[in-house]
Amino acid sequence: MKQEHGGVVTQKYGMVVDLDLCTGCGSCMVACMAENNVPFREDETDKLKSITWMRVYKLTNGKHYPETDICYLPRPCQHCEGSHGHSPCVSVCPATATDYDNQTGIVSQIYTRCFGCRYCMGACPYHARYFNWYDPIWPEGMERYLNPNVSPRMRGVVEKCSFCFHRYQAAKDKAHLDGQKEIDEDAYQTACTQACPAGAITFGDLDNPNHAVHELKKQPDTFRLLEKLGTNTKVYYVSSREWVRRAGDNYLKTEGLKKAVL
Amino acid sequence: MKIDRRSFLSLGVGVAAGTALSPLPWKLTDDLSIWTQNWPWTPVPEIGESSFVNSVCTLCPGGCGISVRKVEDRGVKIEGMKGHPVNQGGICALGLSGLQLLYGPTRIKTPLKRVGKRGDGQWAKISWDEAISEITEKLDGLRTSGNSHTVAGIAGSRHGTVSQLFSRFLTAFGSPNFFHTPSIADTYQLALQHMNGVSAAPGFDLENADFILSFGCGLLEGWGSPVRMFKANTGWKKAKARVIQIESRLSRTAAKSDRWIAIIPGSEAALALGVAHVLIKEMLYNKDFVDNYANGFESFVTDNGEIKKGFKQTVLEEYSPETVSRVTGIDPSAIILLAREFANAKAPLALCGKGQGKVPGSLNEAMSVHALNALVGSINRKGGVFPIPAMEVQGWAEVGMDTITSAGMNQPRIDGTPPNSLGYINQLPSAILSGKGYPLNVLFVLESNPLYTMADSKTVKDAFDKIPFVVSLSSFMDETAQYADIVMPNHIYLERLEDAPTPMGYNKSIISLSKPVFKPRLNTKHAGDTLILLAKGLGGGVAEAFPWKNFEACFEQAMGDKMKTLKKNGFWVDSDAVLPDWESTFNTPSGKFQFAPVEFSPGFAPIKIEGDSTFQLLLIPYETMRLSCGYIANPPFLTKTVEDTILKQNDCFIEINPKTAQSNQLSEGDVVVLQTPRGQARVRVHLEEGIMPDMVALPRGLGHTAHDGYIANKGINVNHLIGPVQDPVSGMDAAWGIRAKLSKA
Repeated sequence: MKQEHGGVVTQKYGMVVDLDLCTGCGSCMVACMAENNVPFREDETDKLKSITWMRVYKLTNGKHYPETDICYLPRPCQHCEGSHGHSPCVSVCPATATDYDNQTGIVSQIYTRCFGCRYCMGACPYHARYFNWYDPIWPEGMERYLNPNVSPRMRGVVEKCSFCFHRYQAAKDKAHLDGQKEIDEDAYQTACTQACPAGAITFGDLDNPNHAVHELKKQPDTFRLLEKLGTNTKVYYVSSREWVRRAGDNYLKTEGLKKAVL
Repeated sequence: MKIDRRSFLSLGVGVAAGTALSPLPWKLTDDLSIWTQNWPWTPVPEIGESSFVNSVCTLCPGGCGISVRKVEDRGVKIEGMKGHPVNQGGICALGLSGLQLLYGPTRIKTPLKRVGKRGDGQWAKISWDEAISEITEKLDGLRTSGNSHTVAGIAGSRHGTVSQLFSRFLTAFGSPNFFHTPSIADTYQLALQHMNGVSAAPGFDLENADFILSFGCGLLEGWGSPVRMFKANTGWKKAKARVIQIESRLSRTAAKSDRWIAIIPGSEAALALGVAHVLIKEMLYNKDFVDNYANGFESFVTDNGEIKKGFKQTVLEEYSPETVSRVTGIDPSAIILLAREFANAKAPLALCGKGQGKVPGSLNEAMSVHALNALVGSINRKGGVFPIPAMEVQGWAEVGMDTITSAGMNQPRIDGTPPNSLGYINQLPSAILSGKGYPLNVLFVLESNPLYTMADSKTVKDAFDKIPFVVSLSSFMDETAQYADIVMPNHIYLERLEDAPTPMGYNKSIISLSKPVFKPRLNTKHAGDTLILLAKGLGGGVAEAFPWKNFEACFEQAMGDKMKTLKKNGFWVDSDAVLPDWESTFNTPSGKFQFAPVEFSPGFAPIKIEGDSTFQLLLIPYETMRLSCGYIANPPFLTKTVEDTILKQNDCFIEINPKTAQSNQLSEGDVVVLQTPRGQARVRVHLEEGIMPDMVALPRGLGHTAHDGYIANKGINVNHLIGPVQDPVSGMDAAWGIRAKLSKA
């Protein structure tokens, strides 16, 4: 249900990713890079330094041929709510460069405040944060495709998925101009959701019963990543395969699988 | 004043407290962040009015509608076009990276003429007039000396207006040597010709099928039209349709399927016939179709009085589950189960074409798989396969044949195939090198990159060395352009007018309109206009065949009455088409579906791949959506998505089963030399449980030597290691792998 926060109607934006549908094609990754002016370098094979706000991981069930199985898992920033907005990264930032927005449930990243201490990267259990080790350099002429709605980042700051916050702002402005109080579900969608050719990603207000995610997150096969940590993330995953659900929360072999806490 | 310990400490605490209360820490933090970020070279994108322009993506033959977001005249994002019948708003990773190709450093900026040694990359910039006159002079000389047939052309496709204009240019000039980049679509076309008696492309009604038996098709790796396949796969999951993937490697398709059946590669046709055996033996086939609308099922007497074994007898005698099990490595019970499930499904559909279908493959295999569809009646039926007639250009006048033209056209094709055949580019290098036929004097290359994409790169290069004059019409400085004598750069796809014809396997005839989203930003020319200018420069009969003032006029004439719809909707779909029935649509001599076309016998003729027993392993190439392996090379974004188990720095990895690795004393990350009868390469080892033992797999799409630093010299081009193997029936390339061995580097 919608919550009133300081007299303002609030949303809790989140995602449900159907891992049975995800084919690991990489469209979400590229859609994100293209939308958010993510830089690139000649060698991007050091994945610790390769900036990918959205990254598709390959999971395997660890069994031998031919029983082996693969599942792909797209991982944006999980936009942890923690308890009352105390997400791991927000709690440690000394510069207030990252904040939990109670109005949208989005964890922000304010580049001009960040001075690159990288505490947040250490605190994030999902490796969702990336540091700009290098100057972003676009080959001559290629900076023409940069999106004016997203500021390119500079060397020395941390960046991460923003749930395409600029799209939220645009949708909010438009709703205001149209005299609408609420933003329509399809008026605000992230670039990855929009691009996914398999329709595996659904995005919307988790608290709004009119949004598809509200019901989807209640499916029986739903889980969240490392739920045990109490990060209270807003990205839900669905998989019909038990080994995938176990992998999502690093369950030990001896442990029984708990039902997702909703 | 004496400073004792007490006052020192209180002073310290006082300073600390004072500093903390003052704005100093905050000012310092602020300064620090400004200092760490004050880089004037970080670009600030210009703002402006935002708009969307619809077009179609032609980076692959998939034909997806796109919607390009522009800010003023800059392109800032490519998205899938909502409401386009092929991709319904979805888009693949390559399509999303398109603007990096538009603005990227690998574009050719102006016509170029080679000045240094071939391939050295030393060019002189020339004007379009100079380029055109230099080429027409050369061509004119060949034409007047009766050597018009020694000119050849390689196009990326044989469909679409520009390709047909290219083919028309060669015809009018007097050369029968038009080649195209081959694919599984060619093999399917032959299968339909022999069995359905029609000259058409296959249309698969995937969205309405409920049991998909895929013989190694990379349904989620870029087979057919990639985004359509993703959408279809999602539909199958939601409708609980079942997908069975027959493949030796756990590809994404296999991982997403309901059942992965590992098969010894190259034996797919045997499995198809094994399934047919069970269908026939257990009377599970569609009796109505087989009895009333098919021919060659039972044994029959040919016109010369010979008794020819029918499909039924052959399959029953030679393809029992036990026999097939020995060839394929699949348990007989699994084959029987598969056949029963296939027969019991409402709308079963069998498909073939390994990976993306880049290699045409074995015709026997395609026909065996097509026969399976016929056995269950999934031909010309909802959820089945039906012919999509090729759309020939209607509006153009026939090419006039002057004496030189007809003399040239009467020469045999250089690859030795009959005139008007599909043309087999795989036979071109050996034909040139053997020196048996006539020599080639000029080669035009359009929207293709044979030096990179053709098997056995070294031989292809040797063959190119024998051609004195190579003209590239590429937009990019790719391997072939780098090896050309003159480059006449084409507009890039977002800058040019053209049509995207029906993608492979799509279940309706469709044309999408690619319209110029941007004004050309470099000194390039539409390949269609280049061809028209060349023709006009040649004069005479050639010029007469190209009466248009520019390509736009030629295109509008070609599209005819469809142009209005194209301009309005961005695409034209043959919505009036009705499903062909079983009564009247088989154009074979008997008027029925042919199980056993007179020319060949059904059966499994294994394609013998190269390499003797000293090569203990099998090397297979594989494809992924994250590596573009055709004419278009990976843009930087796409390369960024490539896993570090495929590419690490400049090394690429082979996939190998841990068991096989162990017996070769190899572990993860080891550097090894991969050797095949065609060549050797330095690669690294990645242990992967999802591959059959005694095999290694290498991705297609790496190992470029041209383009830019974002893709060049990364990994190995698998075509250095694999050679073409001629299909004994069709003559097309059917190499699915090669024997290989590993040694420690």
